[in-house]
Amino acid sequence: MNADFLPEELLIATVADMLAGLRHVAVGAQSPIPGTAALLARARWGGALRVSMLGSETNSPFTDGGRELFDCASQGRIDAFFLGGGQIDGQANINLVGIGDYPDTKVRFPGSFGSAYLYFLVPRVILFREEHTARVLVPKVDFISAPGVSEESTYRKGGPHALVTGRCVFDFDDTAKRFCLQSVHPGHTVDEIREHTGFDYDTPDHVPETPAPDADTLALLRGDVADAVAERYPGFAAKIFGAANAA
Amino acid sequence: MSDILTTVEDLAARIPDGAKLALAPDYSGCSMATIRALIARGVRGLHVVGVPSVGFQGDMLIGAGCVATLETAAVTLEEYGPAPRFTAAIKAGTLHMIDGTCPAIHSGLQAAEKGIPFMPVRGIVGSDLLKHRDDWTTGTDPFGEEDGPIVMVKAIRPDVTLIHAPLADRHGNVWIGVRREMMLMAHASRETLVTADEIYDGDLLADEKLASGTIPGLYVSAVAEARNGAWPVGLFGRYGGDEAHLRDYLERARTEEGFASYLDEFVHAPHAHKAAE
Repeated sequence: MNADFLPEELLIATVADMLAGLRHVAVGAQSPIPGTAALLARARWGGALRVSMLGSETNSPFTDGGRELFDCASQGRIDAFFLGGGQIDGQANINLVGIGDYPDTKVRFPGSFGSAYLYFLVPRVILFREEHTARVLVPKVDFISAPGVSEESTYRKGGPHALVTGRCVFDFDDTAKRFCLQSVHPGHTVDEIREHTGFDYDTPDHVPETPAPDADTLALLRGDVADAVAERYPGFAAKIFGAANAA
Repeated sequence: MSDILTTVEDLAARIPDGAKLALAPDYSGCSMATIRALIARGVRGLHVVGVPSVGFQGDMLIGAGCVATLETAAVTLEEYGPAPRFTAAIKAGTLHMIDGTCPAIHSGLQAAEKGIPFMPVRGIVGSDLLKHRDDWTTGTDPFGEEDGPIVMVKAIRPDVTLIHAPLADRHGNVWIGVRREMMLMAHASRETLVTADEIYDGDLLADEKLASGTIPGLYVSAVAEARNGAWPVGLFGRYGGDEAHLRDYLERARTEEGFASYLDEFVHAPHAHKAAE
């Protein structure tokens, strides 16, 4: 790993690149890296991007309570959202409920949040999960909180766009209904990703390295963006940017 | 109208065993003062509805054995990590879970607020959540404009909504600003019980600026003053969470004994549940 930036900063910059040209990005619960990426994208494009961060006092435009985000999404007013998963499988199904035979789960996750709805309605859903292991990226999830793909007859305006992990970026191919390895983060290898991924996916002949954030991006990130994210995720901001600013 | 003002202990006494109790997430209005009083009075068999999720309120009530059923889109302590007593209760099989998703909970409450039996909701088709819900079903657009299946959720009608707000007045009006999930909860519930950091001297509905963010007293059964009543959780626009205290809670709540020591100190000790002041 290049010593000039932290792994988290690479992930933030990578996700921010996926938001170029959008009008409105919403960020849900427990999403410090995607949330920071959205704020970075907004800063980079001069504020043209609207960022709505659930639970934030300074970056939430909503005045109609918890339902408003969801009503916005079903009207097509939100272009991108982020979802994670305790398990994610090769058809982009996500499991936020637990491992084992529900309801007798051996390992319990927090719950499905708004995933079972937003996955259908937000055009660009970016799956984000830092832990890239065969225990997270599984052949088939134990519980489908939200399905990656639906039958033709199902009303569906959105779905998986990409999966960003601590090791790589996968694209989701809507036609093949499979992931395809798009880039490998600096310091990681194609073979290592194969070894730590439980589901089957496509690998092109040439897989590029995920581009490192440039100096301008890092300056923006460690300045105004770090201050903005500290309001919603103080612990994360202190851990990442406290460290990055001290380096 | 002044009989609407009461004590935290009285609010707790008004929530019967087995009640369907709607609670807000940590970033909204949490009446932690009443949660402590409820635990102190030994409430049992609650059906807690997270609107749409619960945090520390849910974890503490579950840990204290007060909850039989939990209906929620998630249990989340956000940056603090997994909810320890919730996780332990799931492992022990002592909690009946009704797993949902945020907009379905909002829609169920909206049906109740309109006095209708169900509400259609987008998405959800193909989610395993649907397989485990006998109060959700799928149908089709009766007007025939769409072909595909659409999910319908039954109305959610809580017995009691319990919230904390920055301001309430002697008429039972409660100022919640833009945290209007609490408005929805109040509309949908049979009774709404409120603690407030401050009793506003006057009528919140008389001021146009405040009225737009105010739950009218017609929905509110009782109000108790509880300064810092959301502590140790934060209250929007007023104070943040008490991080040191919450970390101490998490550390102790990893074990049943540790959690019991937390309750002894902050709930069961004489006047402990008023510790916020």
